[in-house]
Amino acid sequence: MNWITNYVRPRINSIFSRRETPDNLWTKCPECGTMLFHREVSDNLNVCTNCDHHMHITPRDRFIALFDGGTFTEVAVTAPEPDPLNFRDQKRYPDRLRAAQKETAEAEAMLVARGDLGRTPIVAAAQDFSFMAGSMGMYVGNAIIAAAREAVKLKRPLILFSAAGGARMQEGILSLMQMPRTTVALQMLKEAGLPYIVVLTHPTTGGVTASYAMLGDVHIAEPNALICFAGPRVIEQTIREKLPEGFQRAEYLLDHGMLDRVTHRLKMRDELITITRMLLNLPPAVRADLPPPDKTAEAAEAVLEEAADPAPDASDK
Amino acid sequence: MTQYMDFEKPLAEIEGKAEELRALARTNEEMDVTEEASALDTKARAILEELYKSLSPWRKCQVARHPERPHCKDYIDALFTEYTPLAGDRNFADDHAVMGGLARIKDTPVMVIGHEKGHDTKSRIERNFGMARPEGYRKAIRLMDIAHRFGLPVVTLVDTPGAYPGKGAEERGQSEAIARATEKCLQIGVPLVSVVIGEGGSGGAVAFATANRVAMLEHSVYSVISPEGCASILWKDAEKMREAAEALRLTAQDLKKLGVIDRIIPEPLGGAHRDAETSIAAVGRAINDMLSELSSKDPDALIADRRTKFLNLGSQGLAA
Ligand SMILES: [Zn+2]
Repeated sequence: MNWITNYVRPRINSIFSRRETPDNLWTKCPECGTMLFHREVSDNLNVCTNCDHHMHITPRDRFIALFDGGTFTEVAVTAPEPDPLNFRDQKRYPDRLRAAQKETAEAEAMLVARGDLGRTPIVAAAQDFSFMAGSMGMYVGNAIIAAAREAVKLKRPLILFSAAGGARMQEGILSLMQMPRTTVALQMLKEAGLPYIVVLTHPTTGGVTASYAMLGDVHIAEPNALICFAGPRVIEQTIREKLPEGFQRAEYLLDHGMLDRVTHRLKMRDELITITRMLLNLPPAVRADLPPPDKTAEAAEAVLEEAADPAPDASDK
Repeated sequence: MTQYMDFEKPLAEIEGKAEELRALARTNEEMDVTEEASALDTKARAILEELYKSLSPWRKCQVARHPERPHCKDYIDALFTEYTPLAGDRNFADDHAVMGGLARIKDTPVMVIGHEKGHDTKSRIERNFGMARPEGYRKAIRLMDIAHRFGLPVVTLVDTPGAYPGKGAEERGQSEAIARATEKCLQIGVPLVSVVIGEGGSGGAVAFATANRVAMLEHSVYSVISPEGCASILWKDAEKMREAAEALRLTAQDLKKLGVIDRIIPEPLGGAHRDAETSIAAVGRAINDMLSELSSKDPDALIADRRTKFLNLGSQGLAA
């Protein structure tokens, strides 16, 4: 599976970004309706420059913004048995998977990488809401296990960005089993004395919230992110009353003690550096727009990957 | 009188007739209905056998949800002695959807924890239909901690439509409570065995069933989402629950093939509710068997056993 992730996908990716960019010169903010320049939005990490609404951002774009110099190395994830239940609803599951792969140019709903964050080596995992609503199946479970193992092996903290509509129904009980599976992975991390920081992004719901998204040492959410176990519509149907304004949004959860912080996406990187370095007992970071780390073997490898995989926003520069 | 499910209609007619005949005979001494009634009984049994020979996944859901199916309390009353309930999460409340406490099974002290649905309108409301709130999971965590400290095996009985989707439950951290309960299941250095006696509803079930050994009654179900919920999302039509139940592979038989559960406990013909005593005894035997399988393992081995089991789960799919 490795050669596909490393070589084929970057090419697909670049074809996609070239093809899509001219049509998407304008982006409409789903919150305030303002028409925004695509460039303006992507430079602002998909946060509306008018109303501060945090739109979805792909794991790849997030990592480019997160890691020093936009440089990171992907961590391989074991591909699970495809379509373990032979699931069929109105479409076949493999067809849905293929459609999502074509649409996102990603293998699955989670990306794992290692790299430097403010010169602090970390492992990061990010869930991709644009891939079948980020739903958690065997692959996402394998990705979290791979991330935790990598972090333990390299003695690095793990930062996880969650985003999911819940479990991957097409994997039935096996998607549910990712709750204990990912919990085991996090236990390995905690036993190794390594920090686990969760950044909860819009939306984080269902079995994902009820497992790895709520087991962090530190919980940070992006503003106004919906974070819940049962969705607001299900609750309204059950209790037959209207829910209060802001119910299950990040700020509401902060008020109810479920989160440590709610942090703007543009301030997230700095905050993660600050927290991570203190948890690791390291001196304060130098605040700067850091270039990629020195040409260690890993950096060289990563740069090569970068060359084969121009960042989506690099092509419209 | 048994409550019949829609698919049992032909059975209801025959059993109804037999019942009528016998009632008639009771008021009219000259009448001898023995022969006719027992002919009807034979016929009813044949229908029952035919119906239950290969119950569809959706019908299994109906059997698993049958209101007269033995519930957690029935198992605790019959299988355990000296049951001493322990209440409360020490934070907010005691959740009556979750029963739990110290008890003995065959003289061995254990911690027993389970979802209780209730058996009539009053108790169903009191038990919130077996849908736990964060307090229920936090009570379970507390009891598992006690079990761990004093080396008592933990037995969990799973029977819930799911965790309660309510305003207060969300505000008090339903997600966090479930995540912590699952985590606790993985941490305790004592044997943890679980039986899905009815419905294993999603995360609310996982929080109790992350066990060394998991058994399911023959017609119980265990699923990531209810067939109705799945149908309304993927088919955009809640009435497609039969198709969804089929696709989700939520039966004990499929889950055994997938390696998610370790054993299937047979039910009496027509489902556990037709002969509660036999079902309860079978569950008791399964619990004892599972506990003795684990009795020689030390705390670290028990924890390692659970971890390996879940890490390896699902690597092969139904082909396994
Ligand atoms: Zn806006």
